[in-house]
Amino acid sequence: MTERLTHRLMLASAAPVAAVVIAVVLSSIVLLISGSNPLAAYADMVQHASKLETQVDILNRATPLYLSGVAAAIGFRMNLFNIGVEGQYLLAFIVAAHLGAQVELASVLHVAFILVVAMAVGGAFSGAAGVLKVTRGVNEVISTIMLNAVVISGLAAWWIVEWQAGGEISATGGRVGTEPIAESGLLPDINSWLEVFTREVGLGKKLTGMMLVAVAVGVVYHVILNRTVFGFDLRSSGANPTASHVGGVSPKRMVVIAMTLSGMVAGLVGMTELMNTGYYPSNPISLLGFTGIAVALLGRNHPAGVAVAALIFGFLDVSSGILQISGAASREIVEIMKGVIILTAVIAYEVVRRIREREEAAAAAAAMAAGPAEAS
Amino acid sequence: MLAIELTGITKRFPGVVANDDINLEVAEGEIHAICGENGAGKSTLMKILYGMQPPDSGTIRIQGEEVELHSPAQAIELGIGMVHQHFMLADQFTVLENVILGAEPMRSLGRIDFDAGREHLDEVGRAYGLDINADDLVESLEVGERQRVEIIKVLYRGAEILILDEPTAVLVPQEVDELFRNIRELKASGATILFIDHKLDEVLEIADTITVLRQGRTVGTVKPDQVTAHDLAEMMIGSELPVPDAGESTVTEEVALELSGLRVAAEGDRAVVDDVSLSVHRGEIVGIAGVEGNGQAELVNAIIGIQDPDQGTITLLGRDITHVSVRHRREMGLGYVPQDRHRDGLLLGFTLWENAALGHQTEAPYSRGPWLSRPGMRGRANRIKDEFDVRTPNIEVSAHALSGGNQQKLILGREMVAGPAVLIANHPTRGIDVGAQAAVWDDIREARSRGLATLLVSADLDELIGLSDTIVVMLRGRLVARLDPNDITPRDLGAYMTGAALEAGAP
Ligand SMILES: Nc1ncnc2c1ncn2[C@@H]1O[C@H](COP(=O)(O)OP(=O)(O)OP(=O)(O)O)[C@@H](O)[C@H]1O
Ligand SMILES: [Mg+2]
Repeated sequence: MTERLTHRLMLASAAPVAAVVIAVVLSSIVLLISGSNPLAAYADMVQHASKLETQVDILNRATPLYLSGVAAAIGFRMNLFNIGVEGQYLLAFIVAAHLGAQVELASVLHVAFILVVAMAVGGAFSGAAGVLKVTRGVNEVISTIMLNAVVISGLAAWWIVEWQAGGEISATGGRVGTEPIAESGLLPDINSWLEVFTREVGLGKKLTGMMLVAVAVGVVYHVILNRTVFGFDLRSSGANPTASHVGGVSPKRMVVIAMTLSGMVAGLVGMTELMNTGYYPSNPISLLGFTGIAVALLGRNHPAGVAVAALIFGFLDVSSGILQISGAASREIVEIMKGVIILTAVIAYEVVRRIREREEAAAAAAAMAAGPAEAS
Repeated sequence: MLAIELTGITKRFPGVVANDDINLEVAEGEIHAICGENGAGKSTLMKILYGMQPPDSGTIRIQGEEVELHSPAQAIELGIGMVHQHFMLADQFTVLENVILGAEPMRSLGRIDFDAGREHLDEVGRAYGLDINADDLVESLEVGERQRVEIIKVLYRGAEILILDEPTAVLVPQEVDELFRNIRELKASGATILFIDHKLDEVLEIADTITVLRQGRTVGTVKPDQVTAHDLAEMMIGSELPVPDAGESTVTEEVALELSGLRVAAEGDRAVVDDVSLSVHRGEIVGIAGVEGNGQAELVNAIIGIQDPDQGTITLLGRDITHVSVRHRREMGLGYVPQDRHRDGLLLGFTLWENAALGHQTEAPYSRGPWLSRPGMRGRANRIKDEFDVRTPNIEVSAHALSGGNQQKLILGREMVAGPAVLIANHPTRGIDVGAQAAVWDDIREARSRGLATLLVSADLDELIGLSDTIVVMLRGRLVARLDPNDITPRDLGAYMTGAALEAGAP
C-alpha cells in the first residue's frame, strides 16, 4: 500500500519536475547560444537562494503570487477566465490604502478593516464582470480586460493624484504615494517565527505577515472546494452547467459568486506591499495579476500545487536580480525559463495522464488473468 | 466475401477488459446485429472499427484487406460510416448544410458549391430510397427525419459499410418501420449494415445475422430463424429473462403533482406547451406519449424548474412551486431522470460517488449542513452500484468510463434511493438492456406501491403501456387524448401520437 502511494506521489510530481528539468535544459541552450555559461548562472542562482535573506525575499515574492494564483484558480474552476486580477488588486490596493489612512482604529481592527476593504473592492469589481456576463452575456475575458483598463489608466491614475500625500514623503525620499497608514494598520513582519528555526534574519529583510494570510486563504480554498456543498456546487457547475442546473445549482448565480470570490482574493494581492509600506506608491508592483494566471496553470488550480508554482516563480524573480548583479547571464533568461516551464508543464501533465491510464489498464488485465476466470 | 473481419480484438480500460479477444465476421451486403447487455463492449467494438479508438491487439480486415485505423477520417476513406447514438447535427443549419459540413464541394476561390452538393445529395437519396427535403432546417425535423439526415450524411461520404449505434432507441414504432424499410433498401443497393439494438424483437425482424457479446467476449453468432427472443436474451444475460409482474393498481386519492393551465412559450411567443392540466396521484404512474418534439421536453423543464412557464401553476404535494428554485423543488422530493444523460445527468469527469450525489448534495447522507460527507457519498454510491447492478470495477472511476446503459442505471439508482415523492422519468430505460430494464420496471412499480407518483415520458411504447396507470398523448404542445393502457396496443398508441387517430375521428 505504501509502495503504491509512493508510486502515485511520484507520478503526481513527475509532471512538474519534468517541466522544471526540461526548462533548465532549454534555458541552458539559450544561455549557451547567447554566450553565457549556464553552469555559472545556475550556481549563482542556487548559491544566492541558499541564503536565508534571499529565502525571505522569495517568500515575500511568492506570497502575492500565490494569492493571485488562487484568485485565477477560483475562476478556472468555474470555467471562468478572470483576466482582471491585475485591475482588481490595483484598485483594491489604492482604495484600501486611502481608506486605511483615513481611520483610526486599534491595531488588530485596523488591519482587519484594511483587508476587508481590499477584499470588498476586489470582489465587487470582479463580481460586476460576473453580473455583466449573466445579465448581458458579456464574456468575462472582454469585460475584465476592459475593467483592467478602467483601473490602470483610469481610476488608479486619477486617484493617485487626488489622494496624493502632502510633501512629507516626496520630500524625504522622492517617493510619491497616498497618505501613509498609521502603524496600527500595518502587519508586523514575522521574522521571529522564522528565527525559531534558523538564525536571525539580517540585511533588514522582513518576512511579510501576509504570508500567514495567504496560507489561510489556501487552506480555506481547499476546504471550501473539496469539503463543502458549496464547493461541490462550484465544481459541478464548472464541469457541466446544465447537469448541475438540473441538480439544483443555478449557473448564473455560480458565475457571479465565483467571480466575486476570485476578486476578493485578488484584492489581497496588493496587501503584501501595503501592509509593509503603508501607502500606495505611484509605481506599485504590477503584473502580479497576469503572472497569477501562469501560476494557477502550473499549479493545476490545486491549493498546494499553486503554492509550489508561486515559490518557483518567486525564486526565478528573485534570481533575476542576482544574475544582473553577478553578470553571469542576462536577467531576461528568467522570463524565458518561466515561459518554458509553463509550456512543458502543460505537455508533461498530459503525458503523465496517459502513462497513468495505461498503467491502470495493464494492472486491470493482470488482475483479471491472475484471478479466477470470469464466467464464460 | 467478407466486408469486415475482426480477429482477436482486445481493448482494455482501467479496471475492465471491454473487448476480450473478439472475432467478428460480417458478410458483404448483410444486416448484422450486435446484441449484448450493458457494458458488454458493443460500442467499444464499433468505435474501434470506426477508427475512434485503437485496439490493444487484434487485426481488422476490410474487404479482405488488413488495415490499421487511426482516425474516423481514415475509416470514412475505407467506406465505413457511423451514426452515433446521439445525433451530431447543427440545429440552425439546413439538411443540405449539415450533410455537406466537413465534406463541402468547392468552387474556385474557396466558395462552397451548393448546387453540386444538392445534386449529390439528391443522387444519394434516390439511390437508397431516402426521402428528405434538402432545404428544411434541421431544427424543424422530427427524430426519425434527423436520423435519416445522419444516415444520408454518412452515405454522402461514400460509406458502403454503415454502423448504427442503438438507432431505434429514440424512435416510435412507425419511425422504426420507416428506418427498417430504409435499411432494407440500403442492403438492396449493396450496403453492409452493422447495428446495435437492445430490442430483441426488432433484431429478429431485420437482421440477417446476430452476434451476441457478453463481458467483452463473443458468445455466439446466430441466424434469426434459429432463435427466439428468449434464446437471445439468455445468450445475452446468461439466465432467464425476468418477467416483470403486472402489479395491482395502487393509485390513491391524494394528488402529489398537479399542473393547471400550464403554458410555456418558445421565442416568438409560440406556445410549445399549451394549456396543459394534469394531475398525478400518489401511487400512480402517468405516462406521456408523444413523438419527440411535441413539447414534452419543455413540459418536463417547467416541472423541474429550469424553464419558466408563462402561465399556469405547478403544485407539488399541495404547495405552489411555480416560482420555487430547482434546488428547493428537489429537496421537497422531486426526483428526475433526464432524457439526455450526458448533458443533464452526469459530471462525466467526476467519480461515481460524486455523481451519486449530484442533485441531492444538500441532503443527508451526502452532506450535513454546509459540509459534504464523503463516507455518506461513498456509501450511497456503493448501495446504488449493488442495488442497481451498475457494472464497474469500483466507485472511484469517473462516470466517463461507464457504458451508456450503466450510466443510465447510475442515474436511475441515484434518483430512486433518494426516496422521492414525485419522480419525473424521462425515457428512464433508454439504452438499458432487457434484463436491467425489467429490473428497473420492478423498482419503479415497487416504489409506486409505496406511494411514489411518477410522470413517465417515454418513446418505448411497450414501457408506457406496461407501466402506466394512465396514458396521456401530447401533440403540438397540447394533451390531446387520455387513454387506458389496458386496452390499447402500441400500434394504436402510435397512431394517436402522430395525430392520425384523431383525424380519423376517434375521441
Ligand atoms: N473511455 C473508457 N474508459 C474506461 N472504461 C471504459 C471506457 N469506455 C468504455 N469503458 C468500459 O468498457 C466496457 C464496455 O463498454 P461499452 O461502452 O463498449 O459497452 P456497451 O456494450 O456499448 O454497453 P451499453 O449497452 O451500456 O451501451 C464497460 O465496462 C465500460 O465501463
Ligand atoms: Mg454502448
